[in-house]
Amino acid sequence: MLAGVLLLIFLPPLVAKDLCKDSQDGFKVRLSIKTGLGDDAYEWNESEMFLFRSTLAYAMRKHSNQDTYTIDNILVCNDTQRVSFVFVVTSTDDPDQLIPKEQVELAVRQNKHRINNAFLLSDMTLEFMGIPPTLSAPIIYDTEPWLIVFGVVIGAVAVGIVALLMSTVSKKRRAKEKAAGLSEEDEGIVKENGTALSSLGRKEGVYNQAFSNDDRFTKL
Amino acid sequence: MTSSLVTSERPKWDNKVQYLLTCIGFAVGLGNVWRFPYLCQIYGGGAFLIPYLIALVFEGLPLLYLELAIGQSLRKGSIGVWHSISPLLGVASMIISLLVGLFYNTILAWVLWYFFHSFQEPLPWSVCPINENRTGYVQECVDSTPVNYFWYRQTLNITPDIEESGTLQWWLVVCLASAWSIVYICFIRGIETIGKAVYVTATFPYLVLTIFLVRALTLPGATDGLRYLFTPDWTLLMDPQVWLDAATQIFFSLSLAFGGLIAFSSYNPKKNDCERDTLVVGLINSATSLYASIPIFAILGFKATSNFNSCINSNILDLTNAFDIGETNITMENYESWLTYLNTTDPDKVSGLNLKHCELQNFLDQSASGTGLAFIVFTEAVIEMPGSQVWAVLFFIMLFSLGLSSMFGNLEGVLTPLLDLHLVPKWMPKELFTGLICVMNFLVALIFTLGSGNYWLEIFNSYVGSIPLLVIAFCEIIGVVYGCLCFRFSDDIESMTGRRPNLFWRVCWMGISPIMLLVVLVAYVVVQVQKHPTYPAWNPKYEKFPESEVKPYSSWVFAICVLLSTVPVLSIPIVAVYRLIRRQTRQQTGSSLPNPYDNQAFSTESFKTL
Repeated sequence: MLAGVLLLIFLPPLVAKDLCKDSQDGFKVRLSIKTGLGDDAYEWNESEMFLFRSTLAYAMRKHSNQDTYTIDNILVCNDTQRVSFVFVVTSTDDPDQLIPKEQVELAVRQNKHRINNAFLLSDMTLEFMGIPPTLSAPIIYDTEPWLIVFGVVIGAVAVGIVALLMSTVSKKRRAKEKAAGLSEEDEGIVKENGTALSSLGRKEGVYNQAFSNDDRFTKL
Repeated sequence: MTSSLVTSERPKWDNKVQYLLTCIGFAVGLGNVWRFPYLCQIYGGGAFLIPYLIALVFEGLPLLYLELAIGQSLRKGSIGVWHSISPLLGVASMIISLLVGLFYNTILAWVLWYFFHSFQEPLPWSVCPINENRTGYVQECVDSTPVNYFWYRQTLNITPDIEESGTLQWWLVVCLASAWSIVYICFIRGIETIGKAVYVTATFPYLVLTIFLVRALTLPGATDGLRYLFTPDWTLLMDPQVWLDAATQIFFSLSLAFGGLIAFSSYNPKKNDCERDTLVVGLINSATSLYASIPIFAILGFKATSNFNSCINSNILDLTNAFDIGETNITMENYESWLTYLNTTDPDKVSGLNLKHCELQNFLDQSASGTGLAFIVFTEAVIEMPGSQVWAVLFFIMLFSLGLSSMFGNLEGVLTPLLDLHLVPKWMPKELFTGLICVMNFLVALIFTLGSGNYWLEIFNSYVGSIPLLVIAFCEIIGVVYGCLCFRFSDDIESMTGRRPNLFWRVCWMGISPIMLLVVLVAYVVVQVQKHPTYPAWNPKYEKFPESEVKPYSSWVFAICVLLSTVPVLSIPIVAVYRLIRRQTRQQTGSSLPNPYDNQAFSTESFKTL
């Protein structure tokens, strides 16, 4: 009688352990908390394990749309120092029945983001062996950033070229006007050496310093 | 004052600083940053400085002085200057400047492409792109590295063979157009605008190099890189290849024989101390090479150290995961002891892990020169540095300004002779002419934007920019020293600088430099001929991918290589023969006597000084 009672008490955990250890439907999980969080790393203990089991139960609930999954459906074994272990998921109807691998994989893949965030980790630091991480979608830009930079540079260069060409054209036009203007003043004002007298302020002729009145040195 | 009497004045530099900066900018180019440090490294670090300095003193400086003096005294571009000796020396220089300008600006287009992409977060060459069905990364990228993939596939879109031309890569065409537009805006009025642009393009690289120097010296592993670079290995001095490479490096580094230096000094006033200019330009060029190699090698040392660290860390991760050891129990310091312990307890499992063999020396040995250094090695290093975008942007702007100031010299080497030969119609303004030159160069350079463009660029780089320049330089020095300019040359220099060239210069010009040039030329040709012409091809289907597949050039490609080397210099003997024939025919018609009215003392320029 006592033996029977004892067997009844100890059977479920033993069976549970067997289910977990020997099954083909289990997944190995590996957490790299210190790598992922550095100084903010938390200690891995029973409570963290509890959180893990509950997140997995949540994932199973979401995937199967059944609200019957509880933490007891998630069995864990092979706990190591690395912080890695194996888990299996038992069916809600029959505790001896395991949910097949593919179902669990789908559930995990759909909710990996939520599982990662619960532990403040990423796909690199919270690994499910055998479930490849879904790669994030490549960012699609409306305009590629490099085209924007190119547009800015080309715009500045084009403005510069146009400005330089305009300045050349206006310089030429001014030179032409000056030449035309000078040739007009030819008739009216007496020109000497190409400068109009008006620019000398109406002086009487040009003072020619070659013939100075200083005759100190020119006594013959 | 009316413009019909006086021909348009020869443009001149606004001040001496512009002239010096332009010459320095022309001499200091991409090679100072990506060729010299590589040579220093493979030829025994500090020991390489000895052949380099000897080549500078006995070959580089005399030739530089010659070119600057010739240009300044005769005040013409390369064609006009050599007119009395062999006019085709000038045409050869011009052709080479044109060909080099074509591919050099394509390199600048690549630099621009990388510059445009340096504003993205994360840098596009740091991650592999995801393949179409989102199951993993692109296979070619996974096999090689993201940096290699970005360069060979996303930039060049390179074909596996030079025979397969592929199509025009539109993004490269766009970058090439921007590169030529930027060159045009600086070159639009010849030295007027170039002189202003060099204030920025010649000085900015020094600023960036200093910033990099300060940053690089604080990075971990920098001292390993510097020690590796500068540790002298004196035994290598016995190898003649070292001396050959030192001589060619000095020669190409100073951008001699392009005609650009002659063109720049031809805009100088007559009385200008070109001896001092020579020393300034030559010494600054070599000092820049040395100065640039310090941050480059510090950063390469940093890259080697981070590669080594990630190698060890990946081994540590493999061990931790295989043996389920606590996470941070194995560190870099106790890795060795853990490895021996695990090897003794469970050797089969350890060997089954296929741990990588990590050695710092191997990573330091992975050096590169040229585009490999800038676009593969350095970009990989930049990813590891905190604030990568800033460093990438600075680096590529620096490369762009280095290359831009060298492009000015190339284009002036083309423009000045054409202007002096009065080949430009009078009605065409200078802006239009320079625009035409840029547009035509752009159209021809579209070859380099094809899928096989990089292979063609390597051909141009090796065959145009080497032997023809050596031949031209040799003819230059022989022509000046032993040709008809010989005795007048010293007088010209005396009138320009105020003193006759001293014994050192004369000994170099008459003896040492021509002999050195001849030896270098012959040795170079011999080495080239002995090597079978092959090229490394990027072929994803190659079984040893990501190693490059070494392929030989096919016969028509090789014929083009030979043509590129010989046609520019063939012009020299051809025109010599042509002149000989013309002189014969002129003798027959009896008009071989010089024109008594051709009095060169009264050139149109001296008319202005009355």
